Amino acid sequence: MNERPHLAVVGAGPAGLAAALAAAGRGVRVTLIDSAAEAGGQFYRQTAAALGARRPQALHHQWRTWERLRDGLAVHIEAGRITHLTDHHVWFVERHDAPRGADGADGPGRVADGAGGFTAHALLGPEQEQPVAVRADAVLLATGGYEKVLPFPGWTLPGVVTAGGAQAMLKGGLVLPGRTAVVAGTGPLLMPVAAGLAAAGAKVAALVESADPRAFVRHARTLAAQPATSAAKLAEGAQYAAELARHRVRTLVHHTVVAAHGSGRLEAVTVAALDGDGRIRPGTERRIPCDSLAVGHGMLPHTDLAQALGCRLDGLNVAVDDEQRTDVPGVWAAGETTGIGGAVLSMAEGRIAGLSIAARLDSRTPDVRSYQAAAKARTGLREFFAALEAVYAPPAHWTEQITDDTVVCRCEEVPASAIREAVDELGAGDVRTVKLLTRAGMGWCQGRMCGPAVAGLAGCAPEPSRRPFARPVPLGVLARAGETDDQGNVTAY
Amino acid sequence: MTSRRSPLSPLTPQSPQSPQSPLELVRARPNPAFTVTFDDREITALPGQTIAAALWSAGITSWRTTRERGEPRGVFCGIGVCFDCLVTVNGQANQRACLVRAEAGDVIRTQEGNGHHE
Ligand SMILES: Cc1cc2nc3c(=O)[nH]c(=O)nc-3n(C[C@H](O)[C@H](O)[C@H](O)COP(=O)(O)OP(=O)(O)OC[C@H]3O[C@@H](n4cnc5c(N)ncnc54)[C@H](O)[C@@H]3O)c2cc1C
Ligand code: FES
Repeated sequence: MNERPHLAVVGAGPAGLAAALAAAGRGVRVTLIDSAAEAGGQFYRQTAAALGARRPQALHHQWRTWERLRDGLAVHIEAGRITHLTDHHVWFVERHDAPRGADGADGPGRVADGAGGFTAHALLGPEQEQPVAVRADAVLLATGGYEKVLPFPGWTLPGVVTAGGAQAMLKGGLVLPGRTAVVAGTGPLLMPVAAGLAAAGAKVAALVESADPRAFVRHARTLAAQPATSAAKLAEGAQYAAELARHRVRTLVHHTVVAAHGSGRLEAVTVAALDGDGRIRPGTERRIPCDSLAVGHGMLPHTDLAQALGCRLDGLNVAVDDEQRTDVPGVWAAGETTGIGGAVLSMAEGRIAGLSIAARLDSRTPDVRSYQAAAKARTGLREFFAALEAVYAPPAHWTEQITDDTVVCRCEEVPASAIREAVDELGAGDVRTVKLLTRAGMGWCQGRMCGPAVAGLAGCAPEPSRRPFARPVPLGVLARAGETDDQGNVTAY
Repeated sequence: MTSRRSPLSPLTPQSPQSPQSPLELVRARPNPAFTVTFDDREITALPGQTIAAALWSAGITSWRTTRERGEPRGVFCGIGVCFDCLVTVNGQANQRACLVRAEAGDVIRTQEGNGHHE
């Protein structure tokens, strides 16, 4: 074998890009696979080229870092070290056993433990029908996450979108969800979203954050324990706050959206103040007219590919060691799939993973000094985000706001009453049983949207659900997957 | 008023010279626009935009009705995860409008129920 070792990176966001550049820079051949039309992931989601944005950075922060990633990628692509597959949706990563008796006791795999390599199965294009397969010696999962939204009456009305979704539609397609927006929920994503919408010409009637400012004070010590990280993050927050001030966006802290109103589409929201226990303070409700509501209650990691590979999870996150290795030999994970912590943390983890992969594929132990700075940033940011998680919280009694007729499972249209009945009368105590009894979580999105709400109503902790594949797969593609030709290549690519 | 000032609240609004649209903000010079139809009505779309973005630009926020309650739906997650934005494009049902890019002449239709009884 004289070919260079081959790494497949799933996800071209900050984590995947940082990893691809680090690995390619050390002699690894990389195939970077992403479902989007352009690299960037969520944080650096690019405006479609045909829209001819001459000042795309007006929608972004930390643009210089993006320019470095983008230019680095272009250089490696030009040199043939990185192949970037856009519009490729990976639905399954297959791990091959090492062929027995082949060259040497360890098998021919590049990874010293004898793995026989991997095949990433993808579907091409937004219609996702044409299958493509990529063989690799190692895999990095950098699939990021998606937004969590907890239900409230009216949340299925058109005009109610996730906060990140509004941002993604704006950055990618230069469109706004409406003229007058309310941004609501909890978490560090709300400020950039409100600032983005306002800068692009929407009237942002209010930013409604349920976090209690006193929680910041309570956690001030943890936040201050990482002075460098905290200073950078607070500066970032101050910048967003200044942008919001410039656009005269009013922030209501310790408030929540009680309901969205409208017939056929959103016309207004009712917001209210929270009391010390996290309940609606009676008499504080008020109505804000708006035609769009961008709402989010934090993020959840995409872990389907890792779970199907058999990787251990730590809570809801893919578990990794100091080198970003999962417990499945040959599989690394980096970025928000291993825990939510923003773009800078994703990049640090990606860089560490890329350097580890380059060394391990060469049967070496990575030199810790080569990623000292990234490891330090990783430690600081992980602690910082752990503290933030305690600060940014949905109202403690959010389930009480869900009226019986509120649809909880958007796909199967399961109302809260059905879930409460399954729990209270039929004794369901976990998400899986509720699903079997009510169909909540059985629809197109496979419970990604309703999972946290169903867990909340059932009174149990959210659990990672097992999905056979990361994407719906046409039956014909499934039937052919795993067929190999004479050369041992799997299907098309 | 119950709103309280906090470290998160902006204090000094200034008068901004704000752009009026996202296109203006990034000084976009898009390739020539084209038309598509939505339920037989002609709408203008810009190249590069997804079906969802083109519909939003035309002020349309729903293009599906649900199977049980017949409720209108459109974009929710915006990134291909929730499947709320399903729509029929050129006769093909269950396309995610937030992922599929609009092409000149596309025939877009509101999808009713599972989209299989047209
Ligand atoms: C919709 C949305 C908008 C956001 N906007 C902002 C923002 O404006 N500001 C901010 O600070 N933070 C934002 N975030 C938070 C954001 O997640 C992080 O800032 C950062 O992008 C995480 O980097 P990452 O590399 O870990 O993952 P991501 O940036 O999420 O990158 C993951 C990539 O993997 C791809 N992918 C996932 N699964 C597959 C698959 N099966 N096959 C192929 N490709 C796949 C995705 O297309 C994506 O490009 C947003 C999050 C979301 C969900
Ligand atoms: S809006 Fe969620 S899949 Fe399109």
